[in-house]
Amino acid sequence: MVRIENGRLQEHPIIDFERKKEVTIYFNGKPIKAFEGETVAAALYAAGVRVFSRSFRWHRPRGFFCAIGKCSACMMEVDGVPNVRTCKVYVRDGMQIRTQSGFPSAEKDAFSILDDVIDLVFPHGSHYKKFTSTKAVRNFMLKRMRKFTGFGNPPKVVYGGNAEYERIDTDVLVIGGGPGGMSAAINAGKYGAKVLLVDENPFLGGQLVKQTHRFFGSAKHRAGTRGIKIAKILEDELSKLENVDVRKETRVFGIYNGEAGAVQGGEKLLRIKAKKIVVATGAYERTLIFENNDLPGVYGAGGVQTLMNVYGIKPGDMGLIVGSGNVGLILTYQLMQAGVNVAAIVEAMPRIGGYFVHAAKVRRLGVPIYVRHTILKAIGKNSVEAAIIAQLDDKWQPIPGTEKKVDCDFICVAVGLSPTHELLYQAGCQMKFVPELGGMVPLRTKYNETTVSGLYVAGDVAGIEEATAAIMEGRIAGIHAAVMLGYGGDEAKEELDEAVKDLEEFRAGPFGEKIICGLEKCVLESEVTI
Amino acid sequence: MKYLERGYLEKDELPPFPSRERLMKKSVAYIECPQPIPCSPCYESCPADAVKMENINDPPEVDYEKCTGCMKCIRVCPGLAIFMLRIREDGKGEVTLQYEFLPWLKKGDRVKLLNRKGEEIGEGVVNWVLPPERNDNTSLVRVEVDENLIFDVRAIRPVGDINEG
Repeated sequence: MVRIENGRLQEHPIIDFERKKEVTIYFNGKPIKAFEGETVAAALYAAGVRVFSRSFRWHRPRGFFCAIGKCSACMMEVDGVPNVRTCKVYVRDGMQIRTQSGFPSAEKDAFSILDDVIDLVFPHGSHYKKFTSTKAVRNFMLKRMRKFTGFGNPPKVVYGGNAEYERIDTDVLVIGGGPGGMSAAINAGKYGAKVLLVDENPFLGGQLVKQTHRFFGSAKHRAGTRGIKIAKILEDELSKLENVDVRKETRVFGIYNGEAGAVQGGEKLLRIKAKKIVVATGAYERTLIFENNDLPGVYGAGGVQTLMNVYGIKPGDMGLIVGSGNVGLILTYQLMQAGVNVAAIVEAMPRIGGYFVHAAKVRRLGVPIYVRHTILKAIGKNSVEAAIIAQLDDKWQPIPGTEKKVDCDFICVAVGLSPTHELLYQAGCQMKFVPELGGMVPLRTKYNETTVSGLYVAGDVAGIEEATAAIMEGRIAGIHAAVMLGYGGDEAKEELDEAVKDLEEFRAGPFGEKIICGLEKCVLESEVTI
Repeated sequence: MKYLERGYLEKDELPPFPSRERLMKKSVAYIECPQPIPCSPCYESCPADAVKMENINDPPEVDYEKCTGCMKCIRVCPGLAIFMLRIREDGKGEVTLQYEFLPWLKKGDRVKLLNRKGEEIGEGVVNWVLPPERNDNTSLVRVEVDENLIFDVRAIRPVGDINEG
């Protein structure tokens, strides 16, 4: 049994949660205890808040989903600034947080009645025709509707800081400090290239920071080491390289002909001129279509990992996992390590999608795994109270009569990821939809250079795989970038060949088949000579 | 690949059993890792060359005669798929497994024995522990069980654990 206080894990078999200074934040005027280093969303969750916002139109309750700033379900007004993703803002003493949609608050929203009656008043699509008799009526109604449905209010405070501007010249710019990006920075940096690594978070490691399990692979690639430690090892390696500059809390917003624009810490505008750019922006979680899939309590699997393994907050008492890929299986085990029960794992495919050994270690602790099953709906008023699952036939249709009610207070959707590819689009890379790689991915050479010369990709943004492969891809992209800039000589070229070979070997098994199949569709045939 | 529909191995899918004579001699590594996955720490950690693996994606095969029972592999296996098995002279069986839950177990603790499906199949006593701090928070726990259970006991829970499924 794991000790819990104020919704927070006080102990854990793997992780030491170091809680910093206690602070007080105000949620809709009510004081809430939090600890420095926690995000607003995490602190609110620990205090029992489940409804974070209301949907635009029907005023349905929404909770957090991804917890890493990729969705918008947790947006609130923070210190007078509207539309702040509360999962990306860290608590400060005296912070004022307000829910912005819903009256009087998101939790108790008088307009939530709409969800029940709106179809009677406004049959679907009728809002296009109503209130269009005259311009005056239309404008009047538009204003009302905007207030009623849209995002938050206009800002109540004016920016009062000192904005700065800095120009940076560098050989290699790496965007994203997860396993792929860190590996690219290390490998370009170790051969002498001047590297700038930027990440939007105040920490490096990307999603490694919540991977408490030991990694697979070969010892050469740090197998047997926990993901959280791999993040530290990579960071140590980075800090030893003097020619690598690391800037945290720095968001790149665009790439323009070899130059990137970024904002550092919300105060400083950066114009970065780079000879080579490695994009390693990772991925975001997909959701699944089922009734009530927007109910608070339906979370992304990674979101739950963040909440539980980064901030040490107990996500609930009984979870249901949808999806039996490695993420779903590992999350199940991690939930049990945190003292949370798991009712079942549901998988639509006829067999388990992840590694058998991951499945076996939760199965032998009594967690049922239902293959050829899906979730039909989530049940609950303001948060999940149960779920209905059912068996699927050969045509993926639920078989009537097989419905089963599963009691649970949260549901983790672990049905895969999609690459965070927006920057690549903006930069002008040729993209292609490759389902095996998780969605839209850039065309690239075998050294991971895209169709935009000098622009590389590494990690999940190049195709959904996992951290070890991301590290290997980062190594290839980083060394190739360094070699093309004239660094490293023969030694670097040799290592590059070895790195390509290592990755091929890694993907040679059945789990690599799908990846290789996907890569065949997007790796450019024209060989690049070095 | 039927095991992927269930999440556990049936009797006919298990790797070959070490002989009783071998099990009586000293403990032996028994690896339940049938699926080809890119993973090789057991092979790399084995000082006796007892784990056979030609390619990183091959499932490991243990040569029970070469295995010295040194436990290097069970310390590092990321899949928690290795079990050290032994039959003592007094006829009692011993199973050593990786354990990553709170509360940490100590020598003398009574535990419920679970099979691959999570069904309770008896009780046992912990008779040796490698504490978590000495193995990167993966504790090794050895339980004393009936001899005929060594191929069935694959998980344990402290007696009185409120968190049981």
